[in-house]
Amino acid sequence: MSKLFMARNPRVAARALDGEMMIMSAKDSTLFTLNRTATILWQSADGTTPLEEIVQNRICTEFDVEASAALEDAEKLARDLAGYEILQISDTPIQQGKGSGDSR
Amino acid sequence: MSGLLEEMTEKALKHNIPLSVQVDLTYRCNERCVHCYLDHHDHGEMTTAEIKHLLEEMAEAGVFILTLSGGEIFLRKDFFEILEYARRQLLFCVKLKTNAILIREAEAARIRDLGVESIQISIYSHRPEVHDAITLVPGSLKRSIDAVRFLKSQGLRVILANVLMVNNAQDYKGVRALADELGVECTLDPTITPMMDGDRSILSLNVEHSALREVFRDKGLVGDVDDFCSIAAPATEDVLSSTPCSAGHTTCYVSPYGDVFPCVQFPLPTGNVRKQRFIDVWRHSERMNDVRSIRLKDLSTCTSCTHVSSCTRCPGLAYMEGNMRGPSSQDCEKSFARTGVPSANMLAKKRHAPNLIQIQALSAPASATA
Repeated sequence: MSKLFMARNPRVAARALDGEMMIMSAKDSTLFTLNRTATILWQSADGTTPLEEIVQNRICTEFDVEASAALEDAEKLARDLAGYEILQISDTPIQQGKGSGDSR
Repeated sequence: MSGLLEEMTEKALKHNIPLSVQVDLTYRCNERCVHCYLDHHDHGEMTTAEIKHLLEEMAEAGVFILTLSGGEIFLRKDFFEILEYARRQLLFCVKLKTNAILIREAEAARIRDLGVESIQISIYSHRPEVHDAITLVPGSLKRSIDAVRFLKSQGLRVILANVLMVNNAQDYKGVRALADELGVECTLDPTITPMMDGDRSILSLNVEHSALREVFRDKGLVGDVDDFCSIAAPATEDVLSSTPCSAGHTTCYVSPYGDVFPCVQFPLPTGNVRKQRFIDVWRHSERMNDVRSIRLKDLSTCTSCTHVSSCTRCPGLAYMEGNMRGPSSQDCEKSFARTGVPSANMLAKKRHAPNLIQIQALSAPASATA
Protein backbone atom coordinates (compact mmCIF):
# COMPACT_ATOMS: atom_id res chain seq x y z
CA MET A 1 0.00 0.00 0.00
CA SER A 2 1.46 3.40 -0.98
CA LYS A 3 1.66 6.20 1.53
CA LEU A 4 -1.30 8.54 1.85
CA PHE A 5 -1.06 12.16 2.99
CA MET A 6 -4.00 14.30 4.09
CA ALA A 7 -4.53 18.05 4.42
CA ARG A 8 -7.57 19.98 5.61
CA ASN A 9 -9.47 21.67 2.83
CA PRO A 10 -8.96 25.39 3.60
CA ARG A 11 -12.42 26.19 2.21
CA VAL A 12 -14.36 24.44 4.96
CA ALA A 13 -15.46 25.87 8.31
CA ALA A 14 -14.88 23.76 11.41
CA ARG A 15 -15.44 23.81 15.16
CA ALA A 16 -15.44 21.21 17.91
CA LEU A 17 -18.69 21.06 19.85
CA ASP A 18 -18.84 18.81 22.89
CA GLY A 19 -16.09 16.58 21.48
CA GLU A 20 -17.70 16.33 18.06
CA MET A 21 -16.27 18.17 15.04
CA MET A 22 -18.73 20.25 13.00
CA ILE A 23 -17.65 20.87 9.43
CA MET A 24 -19.42 23.06 6.90
CA SER A 25 -18.58 22.80 3.24
CA ALA A 26 -17.98 26.17 1.58
CA LYS A 27 -19.04 24.62 -1.72
CA ASP A 28 -22.69 24.11 -0.85
CA SER A 29 -23.01 24.89 2.90
CA THR A 30 -23.62 21.24 3.72
CA LEU A 31 -23.04 20.57 7.42
CA PHE A 32 -21.27 17.43 8.59
CA THR A 33 -20.39 16.12 12.01
CA LEU A 34 -17.39 13.85 12.29
CA ASN A 35 -17.24 10.81 14.57
CA ARG A 36 -14.26 10.33 16.87
CA THR A 37 -12.10 8.53 14.27
CA ALA A 38 -12.86 11.08 11.54
CA THR A 39 -12.15 13.88 14.02
CA ILE A 40 -8.71 12.38 14.70
CA LEU A 41 -8.01 12.23 10.96
CA TRP A 42 -9.14 15.87 10.58
CA GLN A 43 -7.03 17.08 13.49
CA SER A 44 -3.97 15.17 12.29
CA ALA A 45 -4.26 16.16 8.63
CA ASP A 46 -1.21 18.42 8.38
CA GLY A 47 -0.27 17.46 4.83
CA THR A 48 3.04 15.88 5.84
CA THR A 49 2.34 13.05 8.29
CA PRO A 50 1.55 9.78 6.46
CA LEU A 51 -1.80 8.19 7.29
CA GLU A 52 0.02 5.05 8.44
CA GLU A 53 1.79 7.05 11.14
CA ILE A 54 -1.44 8.76 12.24
CA VAL A 55 -3.15 5.39 12.55
CA GLN A 56 -0.23 3.97 14.53
CA ASN A 57 0.18 6.95 16.87
CA ARG A 58 -3.33 8.29 17.25
CA ILE A 59 -5.92 5.64 16.37
CA CYS A 60 -4.33 2.41 17.61
CA THR A 61 -3.44 4.11 20.90
CA GLU A 62 -7.02 5.27 21.43
CA PHE A 63 -8.97 2.28 20.15
CA ASP A 64 -8.29 -1.40 20.71
CA VAL A 65 -7.78 -2.27 17.02
CA GLU A 66 -5.31 -4.22 14.94
CA ALA A 67 -3.03 -1.87 12.95
CA SER A 68 -3.55 -3.26 9.43
CA ALA A 69 -7.36 -3.37 9.75
CA ALA A 70 -7.35 0.14 11.25
CA LEU A 71 -5.24 1.45 8.38
CA GLU A 72 -7.59 -0.07 5.81
CA ASP A 73 -10.63 1.52 7.51
CA ALA A 74 -8.84 4.86 7.95
CA GLU A 75 -7.86 4.96 4.29
CA LYS A 76 -11.46 4.34 3.23
CA LEU A 77 -12.63 7.06 5.63
CA ALA A 78 -10.00 9.51 4.33
CA ARG A 79 -11.13 8.88 0.76
CA ASP A 80 -14.78 9.39 1.79
CA LEU A 81 -13.88 12.69 3.49
CA ALA A 82 -11.97 13.73 0.37
CA GLY A 83 -15.07 12.90 -1.68
CA TYR A 84 -17.00 15.42 0.43
CA GLU A 85 -14.13 17.90 -0.04
CA ILE A 86 -13.46 18.00 3.69
CA LEU A 87 -9.92 16.63 3.27
CA GLN A 88 -7.44 16.76 0.41
CA ILE A 89 -5.51 13.52 -0.13
CA SER A 90 -2.39 12.71 -2.11
CA ASP A 91 0.31 10.03 -2.29
CA THR A 92 2.90 12.78 -1.86
CA PRO A 93 3.13 15.40 0.93
CA ILE A 94 0.73 18.34 0.48
CA GLN A 95 1.97 21.90 0.79
CA GLN A 96 -0.57 23.89 2.80
CA GLY A 97 -1.00 27.63 2.29
CA LYS A 98 -0.46 30.30 4.92
CA GLY A 99 -2.76 29.76 7.87
CA SER A 100 -4.16 26.31 7.35
CA GLY A 101 -6.27 26.76 10.43
CA ASP A 102 -6.22 25.43 13.93
CA SER A 103 -8.16 22.33 14.85
CA ARG A 104 -10.16 23.55 17.84
CA MET B 1 -32.80 25.03 9.71
CA SER B 2 -31.33 21.70 8.64
CA GLY B 3 -31.80 18.73 10.94
CA LEU B 4 -28.11 18.55 11.76
CA LEU B 5 -27.84 22.28 12.50
CA GLU B 6 -30.91 21.98 14.71
CA GLU B 7 -29.21 19.14 16.56
CA MET B 8 -26.02 21.19 16.96
CA THR B 9 -28.06 24.17 18.20
CA GLU B 10 -29.74 21.95 20.81
CA LYS B 11 -26.32 20.77 21.92
CA ALA B 12 -25.00 24.35 22.07
CA LEU B 13 -28.04 25.35 24.15
CA LYS B 14 -27.45 22.47 26.55
CA HIS B 15 -23.77 23.36 27.01
CA ASN B 16 -24.28 27.16 27.01
CA ILE B 17 -22.19 27.70 23.88
CA PRO B 18 -22.61 30.82 21.72
CA LEU B 19 -22.90 29.00 18.41
CA SER B 20 -23.52 32.09 16.30
CA VAL B 21 -22.31 35.67 16.85
CA GLN B 22 -22.69 38.86 14.82
CA VAL B 23 -19.80 41.30 15.02
CA ASP B 24 -20.31 44.78 13.60
CA LEU B 25 -16.88 45.93 12.44
CA THR B 26 -17.93 49.56 12.03
CA TYR B 27 -21.00 51.78 12.20
CA ARG B 28 -19.57 54.01 9.46
CA CYS B 29 -21.45 53.70 6.20
CA ASN B 30 -21.35 54.95 2.63
CA GLU B 31 -25.14 54.97 2.43
CA ARG B 32 -27.56 57.00 4.55
CA CYS B 33 -30.64 54.77 4.58
CA VAL B 34 -33.68 56.62 5.86
CA HIS B 35 -34.69 53.76 8.18
CA CYS B 36 -31.24 52.97 9.64
CA TYR B 37 -31.02 52.56 13.43
CA LEU B 38 -27.30 53.36 13.76
CA ASP B 39 -25.21 56.41 14.63
CA HIS B 40 -22.65 56.42 11.79
CA HIS B 41 -19.97 58.45 13.60
CA ASP B 42 -16.88 56.54 14.73
CA HIS B 43 -16.71 56.67 18.53
CA GLY B 44 -13.57 54.52 18.77
CA GLU B 45 -13.84 51.27 16.83
CA MET B 46 -11.84 48.23 17.91
CA THR B 47 -8.42 48.05 16.25
CA THR B 48 -7.36 45.19 13.97
CA ALA B 49 -5.46 43.59 16.86
CA GLU B 50 -8.46 43.91 19.21
CA ILE B 51 -10.77 42.29 16.67
CA LYS B 52 -8.35 39.43 16.01
CA HIS B 53 -8.05 38.86 19.75
CA LEU B 54 -11.85 38.87 20.09
CA LEU B 55 -12.15 36.34 17.25
CA GLU B 56 -9.62 34.06 18.98
CA GLU B 57 -11.66 34.24 22.20
CA MET B 58 -14.84 33.54 20.28
CA ALA B 59 -13.33 30.48 18.56
CA GLU B 60 -12.16 29.27 21.96
CA ALA B 61 -15.71 29.74 23.31
CA GLY B 62 -17.08 27.52 20.53
CA VAL B 63 -18.53 30.13 18.15
CA PHE B 64 -18.99 28.48 14.76
CA ILE B 65 -21.05 30.94 12.69
CA LEU B 66 -19.58 34.44 12.50
CA THR B 67 -21.60 37.18 10.82
CA LEU B 68 -19.56 40.26 9.91
CA SER B 69 -21.76 43.30 9.51
CA GLY B 70 -21.94 47.05 10.08
CA GLY B 71 -22.27 49.90 9.01
CA GLU B 72 -20.52 49.04 5.81
CA ILE B 73 -17.83 46.42 6.41
CA PHE B 74 -15.82 47.31 3.30
CA LEU B 75 -15.12 50.78 4.72
CA ARG B 76 -12.63 49.12 7.09
CA LYS B 77 -9.25 49.14 5.39
CA ASP B 78 -8.35 45.98 7.32
CA PHE B 79 -11.51 44.12 6.29
CA PHE B 80 -9.77 41.43 4.23
CA GLU B 81 -7.09 40.98 6.90
CA ILE B 82 -9.85 40.31 9.46
CA LEU B 83 -11.77 38.06 7.08
CA GLU B 84 -8.67 36.07 6.17
CA TYR B 85 -7.83 35.58 9.86
CA ALA B 86 -11.39 34.50 10.64
CA ARG B 87 -11.47 31.99 7.79
CA ARG B 88 -7.95 30.67 7.35
CA GLN B 89 -6.70 30.76 10.92
CA LEU B 90 -9.84 30.28 12.99
CA LEU B 91 -12.04 28.35 10.54
CA PHE B 92 -15.29 30.23 11.26
CA CYS B 93 -18.27 29.75 9.00
CA VAL B 94 -18.41 33.39 7.87
CA LYS B 95 -21.47 35.25 6.61
CA LEU B 96 -21.25 38.84 5.38
CA LYS B 97 -23.86 41.62 5.45
CA THR B 98 -23.11 44.55 3.15
CA ASN B 99 -24.60 47.02 0.70
CA ALA B 100 -21.92 45.67 -1.70
CA ILE B 101 -21.34 48.94 -3.53
CA LEU B 102 -17.56 48.60 -2.96
CA ILE B 103 -17.46 45.02 -4.27
CA ARG B 104 -15.98 44.73 -7.78
CA GLU B 105 -14.48 41.70 -9.59
CA ALA B 106 -11.31 41.62 -7.48
CA GLU B 107 -13.15 41.74 -4.14
CA ALA B 108 -15.61 39.06 -5.30
CA ALA B 109 -12.73 36.76 -6.29
CA ARG B 110 -11.04 37.27 -2.93
CA ILE B 111 -14.27 36.53 -1.05
CA ARG B 112 -14.58 33.30 -3.04
CA ASP B 113 -10.97 32.32 -2.30
CA LEU B 114 -11.60 32.79 1.41
CA GLY B 115 -14.59 30.44 1.37
CA VAL B 116 -17.28 32.79 2.70
CA GLU B 117 -20.58 30.98 3.29
CA SER B 118 -22.96 33.72 2.10
CA ILE B 119 -23.21 37.42 1.35
CA GLN B 120 -26.41 39.23 2.28
CA ILE B 121 -26.97 42.45 0.32
CA SER B 122 -29.56 45.12 1.15
CA ILE B 123 -31.83 45.82 -1.81
CA TYR B 124 -34.93 47.94 -1.19
CA SER B 125 -36.47 48.04 -4.66
CA HIS B 126 -35.93 46.92 -8.23
CA ARG B 127 -36.48 50.56 -9.25
CA PRO B 128 -33.46 52.89 -8.93
CA GLU B 129 -35.63 55.89 -8.08
CA VAL B 130 -37.06 54.04 -5.04
CA HIS B 131 -33.90 52.21 -3.85
CA ASP B 132 -31.64 55.27 -4.26
CA ALA B 133 -34.19 57.49 -2.49
CA ILE B 134 -33.95 55.15 0.54
CA THR B 135 -30.13 54.88 0.56
CA LEU B 136 -29.80 58.58 -0.37
CA VAL B 137 -26.95 57.58 -2.72
CA PRO B 138 -27.61 58.11 -6.45
CA GLY B 139 -26.57 55.08 -8.51
CA SER B 140 -26.44 52.77 -5.47
CA LEU B 141 -28.90 50.18 -6.85
CA LYS B 142 -26.86 49.75 -10.02
CA ARG B 143 -23.63 49.34 -8.06
CA SER B 144 -25.21 46.82 -5.67
CA ILE B 145 -26.67 44.78 -8.54
CA ASP B 146 -23.34 44.85 -10.40
CA ALA B 147 -21.77 43.45 -7.21
CA VAL B 148 -24.39 40.68 -7.02
CA ARG B 149 -23.37 39.65 -10.54
CA PHE B 150 -19.65 39.69 -9.68
CA LEU B 151 -20.27 37.53 -6.61
CA LYS B 152 -22.62 35.20 -8.45
CA SER B 153 -20.07 34.73 -11.24
CA GLN B 154 -17.67 33.44 -8.56
CA GLY B 155 -20.21 30.82 -7.54
CA LEU B 156 -20.96 32.49 -4.21
CA ARG B 157 -24.25 32.28 -2.32
CA VAL B 158 -25.93 35.70 -2.40
CA ILE B 159 -29.09 36.71 -0.53
CA LEU B 160 -30.98 39.93 -1.24
CA ALA B 161 -32.33 41.40 2.02
CA ASN B 162 -35.39 43.54 1.43
CA VAL B 163 -36.60 45.68 4.33
CA LEU B 164 -40.19 46.71 3.81
CA MET B 165 -41.28 50.25 4.69
CA VAL B 166 -43.80 52.82 3.50
CA ASN B 167 -41.32 54.05 0.87
CA ASN B 168 -41.12 50.67 -0.93
CA ALA B 169 -44.28 48.84 0.19
CA GLN B 170 -45.32 48.08 -3.39
CA ASP B 171 -41.95 46.83 -4.61
CA TYR B 172 -41.27 43.56 -2.81
CA LYS B 173 -42.59 41.50 -5.72
CA GLY B 174 -40.25 43.40 -8.04
CA VAL B 175 -37.30 42.63 -5.74
CA ARG B 176 -38.27 38.98 -5.71
CA ALA B 177 -38.42 38.95 -9.53
CA LEU B 178 -35.01 40.64 -9.61
CA ALA B 179 -33.62 37.93 -7.31
CA ASP B 180 -35.02 35.24 -9.61
CA GLU B 181 -33.45 36.95 -12.62
CA LEU B 182 -30.08 37.14 -10.85
CA GLY B 183 -30.37 33.54 -9.61
CA VAL B 184 -30.06 34.47 -5.93
CA GLU B 185 -32.13 34.10 -2.77
CA CYS B 186 -34.30 36.83 -1.28
CA THR B 187 -35.61 37.63 2.21
CA LEU B 188 -38.27 40.12 3.28
CA ASP B 189 -38.31 41.85 6.67
CA PRO B 190 -41.36 44.00 7.40
CA THR B 191 -39.99 45.48 10.66
CA ILE B 192 -38.40 48.89 11.12
CA THR B 193 -36.67 48.98 14.50
CA PRO B 194 -36.04 52.00 16.76
CA MET B 195 -32.63 53.72 16.77
CA MET B 196 -30.14 52.09 19.14
CA ASP B 197 -30.30 55.21 21.34
CA GLY B 198 -34.04 54.60 21.80
CA ASP B 199 -35.28 57.27 19.35
CA ARG B 200 -38.51 55.85 17.94
CA SER B 201 -39.17 58.47 15.24
CA ILE B 202 -38.21 56.15 12.37
CA LEU B 203 -40.99 53.74 13.37
CA SER B 204 -43.30 55.97 11.31
CA LEU B 205 -41.71 54.25 8.28
CA ASN B 206 -43.31 50.91 9.23
CA VAL B 207 -45.80 49.74 6.61
CA GLU B 208 -49.49 50.13 7.34
CA HIS B 209 -51.75 47.31 8.47
CA SER B 210 -53.25 46.79 4.99
CA ALA B 211 -49.81 46.38 3.36
CA LEU B 212 -48.71 43.94 6.07
CA ARG B 213 -51.94 42.01 5.64
CA GLU B 214 -51.27 41.74 1.89
CA VAL B 215 -47.71 40.50 2.45
CA PHE B 216 -48.93 37.78 4.83
CA ARG B 217 -51.39 36.58 2.20
CA ASP B 218 -48.85 36.37 -0.61
CA LYS B 219 -48.61 32.68 -1.47
CA GLY B 220 -45.18 33.19 -3.04
CA LEU B 221 -43.86 34.36 0.32
CA VAL B 222 -45.69 32.32 2.92
CA GLY B 223 -46.65 29.14 1.06
CA ASP B 224 -49.93 27.83 2.43
CA VAL B 225 -51.78 31.08 3.23
CA ASP B 226 -54.60 29.43 5.22
CA ASP B 227 -52.09 27.60 7.39
CA PHE B 228 -49.83 30.65 7.81
CA CYS B 229 -52.71 32.92 8.76
CA SER B 230 -54.50 30.48 11.05
CA ILE B 231 -54.72 30.98 14.80
CA ALA B 232 -52.35 28.65 16.62
CA ALA B 233 -53.60 25.97 18.99
CA PRO B 234 -53.53 26.97 22.67
CA ALA B 235 -50.03 26.88 24.12
CA THR B 236 -49.04 23.67 25.87
CA GLU B 237 -46.99 23.58 29.07
CA ASP B 238 -43.94 22.66 26.97
CA VAL B 239 -44.40 25.74 24.77
CA LEU B 240 -44.85 27.99 27.82
CA SER B 241 -41.64 26.60 29.31
CA SER B 242 -39.66 27.30 26.15
CA THR B 243 -37.36 30.26 25.48
CA PRO B 244 -38.62 33.17 23.37
CA CYS B 245 -35.69 33.26 20.90
CA SER B 246 -32.00 32.44 20.56
CA ALA B 247 -30.75 35.82 21.89
CA GLY B 248 -28.42 35.15 24.81
CA HIS B 249 -28.96 31.39 24.49
CA THR B 250 -26.94 30.40 21.42
CA THR B 251 -26.38 33.82 19.82
CA CYS B 252 -25.18 37.30 20.72
CA TYR B 253 -23.90 40.50 19.16
CA VAL B 254 -20.70 42.55 19.54
CA SER B 255 -20.58 46.24 18.55
CA PRO B 256 -17.56 47.96 16.90
CA TYR B 257 -16.73 49.33 20.37
CA GLY B 258 -16.58 45.90 21.98
CA ASP B 259 -19.93 46.04 23.75
CA VAL B 260 -21.68 42.68 23.97
CA PHE B 261 -25.47 42.53 23.61
CA PRO B 262 -27.85 39.54 23.56
CA CYS B 263 -28.73 40.41 19.94
CA VAL B 264 -28.29 43.19 17.38
CA GLN B 265 -31.90 44.20 18.09
CA PHE B 266 -31.52 44.03 21.87
CA PRO B 267 -29.52 47.07 23.07
CA LEU B 268 -28.99 45.84 26.64
CA PRO B 269 -25.22 46.11 27.28
CA THR B 270 -23.96 43.01 29.09
CA GLY B 271 -20.20 43.65 29.11
CA ASN B 272 -17.28 44.85 26.99
CA VAL B 273 -14.59 42.67 25.44
CA ARG B 274 -12.00 45.43 25.83
CA LYS B 275 -12.29 44.99 29.60
CA GLN B 276 -13.46 41.37 29.99
CA ARG B 277 -12.97 38.05 28.28
CA PHE B 278 -15.75 37.25 25.79
CA ILE B 279 -16.52 33.95 27.52
CA ASP B 280 -16.81 35.66 30.92
CA VAL B 281 -19.37 38.13 29.58
CA TRP B 282 -21.25 35.28 27.90
CA ARG B 283 -21.31 33.04 30.96
CA HIS B 284 -21.35 35.39 33.93
CA SER B 285 -23.00 38.68 32.97
CA GLU B 286 -26.01 39.17 35.26
CA ARG B 287 -27.91 40.88 32.47
CA MET B 288 -27.17 38.08 30.00
CA ASN B 289 -28.33 35.55 32.58
CA ASP B 290 -31.47 37.63 33.20
CA VAL B 291 -32.27 37.50 29.45
CA ARG B 292 -31.51 33.78 29.50
CA SER B 293 -33.96 33.17 32.33
CA ILE B 294 -37.01 34.39 30.39
CA ARG B 295 -39.59 31.76 29.51
CA LEU B 296 -42.84 32.32 27.63
CA LYS B 297 -44.81 31.63 30.82
CA ASP B 298 -43.05 34.57 32.54
CA LEU B 299 -44.22 37.20 30.09
CA SER B 300 -46.56 39.86 31.35
CA THR B 301 -49.64 40.18 29.09
CA CYS B 302 -48.33 37.78 26.39
CA THR B 303 -48.76 34.57 28.44
CA SER B 304 -52.53 34.94 28.22
CA CYS B 305 -52.53 36.03 24.55
CA THR B 306 -54.13 33.91 21.82
CA HIS B 307 -50.93 34.26 19.79
CA VAL B 308 -48.41 33.27 22.46
CA SER B 309 -47.31 30.06 20.73
CA SER B 310 -47.08 31.49 17.21
CA CYS B 311 -46.03 35.12 17.81
CA THR B 312 -42.70 36.39 16.47
CA ARG B 313 -42.36 38.51 19.64
CA CYS B 314 -38.88 40.03 19.77
CA PRO B 315 -37.61 40.47 23.35
CA GLY B 316 -35.26 43.21 22.11
CA LEU B 317 -38.13 45.25 20.71
CA ALA B 318 -40.06 44.61 23.95
CA TYR B 319 -37.02 45.86 25.90
CA MET B 320 -36.96 49.01 23.77
CA GLU B 321 -40.62 49.50 24.68
CA GLY B 322 -39.63 49.40 28.34
CA ASN B 323 -39.88 45.77 29.50
CA MET B 324 -38.02 42.75 28.09
CA ARG B 325 -40.76 40.54 29.59
CA GLY B 326 -43.52 42.68 28.10
CA PRO B 327 -45.12 42.69 24.69
CA SER B 328 -43.52 43.99 21.49
CA SER B 329 -46.27 46.08 19.89
CA GLN B 330 -44.78 45.69 16.41
CA ASP B 331 -45.09 41.91 16.71
CA CYS B 332 -48.63 42.32 18.05
CA GLU B 333 -49.41 44.24 14.85
CA LYS B 334 -47.91 41.40 12.81
CA SER B 335 -49.96 38.74 14.59
CA PHE B 336 -53.07 40.88 14.08
CA ALA B 337 -52.33 41.44 10.36
CA ARG B 338 -51.69 37.73 9.93
CA THR B 339 -54.76 36.33 11.72
CA GLY B 340 -57.20 39.24 12.04
CA VAL B 341 -57.34 38.63 15.81
CA PRO B 342 -56.02 41.44 18.04
CA SER B 343 -53.39 40.51 20.62
CA ALA B 344 -53.94 40.65 24.39
CA ASN B 345 -51.69 43.72 24.45
CA MET B 346 -53.82 45.49 21.82
CA LEU B 347 -57.01 44.69 23.72
CA ALA B 348 -55.52 45.90 27.01
CA LYS B 349 -54.41 49.16 25.43
CA LYS B 350 -57.89 49.65 24.03
CA ARG B 351 -59.46 49.08 27.46
CA HIS B 352 -57.17 51.62 29.08
CA ALA B 353 -57.36 54.20 26.34
CA PRO B 354 -58.80 57.49 27.67
CA ASN B 355 -62.16 58.49 26.25
CA LEU B 356 -61.69 61.14 23.64
CA ILE B 357 -65.21 62.49 24.24
CA GLN B 358 -66.33 62.75 27.80
CA ILE B 359 -70.07 62.94 28.25
CA GLN B 360 -71.31 63.82 31.68
CA ALA B 361 -74.90 64.02 32.80
CA LEU B 362 -76.03 67.58 33.33
CA SER B 363 -77.11 68.09 36.92
CA ALA B 364 -80.23 70.05 37.50
CA PRO B 365 -79.60 73.61 38.70
CA ALA B 366 -80.12 73.69 42.46
CA SER B 367 -82.09 76.91 42.49
CA ALA B 368 -84.31 76.16 39.59
CA THR B 369 -87.78 77.48 40.11
CA ALA B 370 -90.85 77.26 38.05
